[in-house]
Amino acid sequence: MSFYLSFKEIWRNRGRYLLFSLVIALITTLVLFIAALAGGLSKANRELIDNIEADLLVYQEEADLLISASRLDNSTLTDLRRIEGVADAGGMGFSSATVVYPAPEGEIDVSLIGTEPGRPGNPQILSGGPLIRDRANEVVLDGPLADKLGVEPGDQITIQTVQGTEKELYNLSVVGLSGSNQYFFQPAIFVPIQTWDDIKPQESTARRSSRVIFNIAALQLYDPESYTSMIPAIERGIEGVQAVDKQTAILALPGYTAQQSTLNTQQAFTLLIGMLVLGGFFQIQTIQKIAQIGMLKAIGTSNGTVAGMTILQIITISIFGVALGVIGTLLIAMGMPPEVPAEFNSTAILGAVAALLVIGPIGGLVSIRIALKVEPLRAIGL
Amino acid sequence: MGISLETNQVTKVYGEGDTAITAVDQASFEVHDGEFVAVVGPSGSGKTTMLAMLATLLTPTTGSIEIDGQDLGKMKSKKRTKFRRQNIGFTFQANNLVPFLTALENVELMLRLNKAFDKNGRQRAKDLLDRLGLSQRLNNLPNQLSGGEQQRVAIARAMVHEPSLVLADEPTASLDTQRAFQVVETFANLIHEQKRAGIMVTHDLRMVTYVDKLISMVDGRIEQITDDRTVIDGMANTIHYPTSSNGEGADSPGEIVNGEPENIDYEYAK
Repeated sequence: MSFYLSFKEIWRNRGRYLLFSLVIALITTLVLFIAALAGGLSKANRELIDNIEADLLVYQEEADLLISASRLDNSTLTDLRRIEGVADAGGMGFSSATVVYPAPEGEIDVSLIGTEPGRPGNPQILSGGPLIRDRANEVVLDGPLADKLGVEPGDQITIQTVQGTEKELYNLSVVGLSGSNQYFFQPAIFVPIQTWDDIKPQESTARRSSRVIFNIAALQLYDPESYTSMIPAIERGIEGVQAVDKQTAILALPGYTAQQSTLNTQQAFTLLIGMLVLGGFFQIQTIQKIAQIGMLKAIGTSNGTVAGMTILQIITISIFGVALGVIGTLLIAMGMPPEVPAEFNSTAILGAVAALLVIGPIGGLVSIRIALKVEPLRAIGL
Repeated sequence: MGISLETNQVTKVYGEGDTAITAVDQASFEVHDGEFVAVVGPSGSGKTTMLAMLATLLTPTTGSIEIDGQDLGKMKSKKRTKFRRQNIGFTFQANNLVPFLTALENVELMLRLNKAFDKNGRQRAKDLLDRLGLSQRLNNLPNQLSGGEQQRVAIARAMVHEPSLVLADEPTASLDTQRAFQVVETFANLIHEQKRAGIMVTHDLRMVTYVDKLISMVDGRIEQITDDRTVIDGMANTIHYPTSSNGEGADSPGEIVNGEPENIDYEYAK
């Protein structure tokens, strides 16, 4: 009965309901884009850390999990490798550089990452080969960056860094390509740590130490599950270090938490607005129908049928509007320029869609309450 | 003729103590199958409260109402709703029809509500609408129908599920004189043919010309119950001042004139 009445009503007023579905579709699009933007920005910030094949990351204790402030030396690395349960440890250096050749679309700023060849911290290679210890002028590139530059393994690139006050150019030969590896919104290029130490930007050319200083260390454990118990073991075994899992490291990335919480707040508010708009629409609808509901009750329609009618309409319109919104969003996403850091992943979309479908019925509760409270006596004007 | 409806000393009191108002005071009457009854009276006479109690929308403070031998006072709220949709047909002064259903669908709605919609039901609905002169209007929405047509669709809806009691609240309130007579006449014919108990609440005394019994109420009391044709027709031929559509206004009888109701000069009566 509820089905019959609610669908008849929607069908006979399809123009109005379609218009309202479009409002829901637009809200859906907005929510999905914010989710995609949050996903895209988060990826551009954390992707490299996510991809490091390590169970724990080790920082200098005073650095407060700030990679650029953290300094570890070779002896700390050696000590880390000696700790029981640690399979291997690799030092990593983080810096930035500019690719000046080839530059089909202009110079590109990149994250310059130093790794110890053969140790944790090196990227997965998709084509070509990995970095090798003795070959100082070889580089592994982020895959999408290589596409953009139009280079393949075997080609040469030129990067530029600032040494003191001078710009210096370095020629490197591309040995392999990794998958997408962004760090701090820049694609990463990987060089052996010794090379990194030579070419990273420095304040002066004069102070050159023979000892390489790393930023952090990537640790692989024999038993990856044991990382919680390994953290205190490491921090007790070596003075002045802090070990964390990758998730903690990501949350501590500069701006990461602030950015994500801003976007999440926006998303929550959009959902809230959606709920109020939906609720308001159906509330007005129901108030306009009070006389009709009174009549229906007077001829013997049960409260259950009346409530069912309202809730079914809300659900139908929500599903239809959200479906329209998802389709619309996907169409827009297909035509979007690649510079927009929007990343549609199915988990985020499903989560947003589920939230959108739930807010309709919640917003409609008021309408159902109004419908239930209508007195059948209204029909005879008492 | 069986008794469809019997009320016994029905009283309805609103409020308590000093502010209590007795809307209906010890009303007793009965309505038989196939009998068409008018309840008349001025505003505030308690006729609408009476109607609400007959329709199971209100319960009497004291006294009892039996429809088809079932005591309404002993029913719980859900049972009453079900009883209402199975055993009672109802037409209203306004907002009679579901705006998004066609004339035919509005009539069938009563069968759907009772989970009794089938081919026979559809045929019965069509026959009723045909009988009421609406065979060309089956697929029209209410806003495409005139007031009289809407009222007739409501009458079909009130009878399609074969209820024992059919209630009509001011069926002629929004109609002009000619249509009002047409509607009430067809209504009366259907009540007689189908052997339902029919009760029409109205303040338009001209309409009582079609009823078998007249119950006139004043200040909550039944002042007169009569099935005397002369008395009823005498009432019907009284000139009445038309009232506004919300039911407010004078109902006071004027002088008696001779002749058919159709001959009343409506402009003059205004």
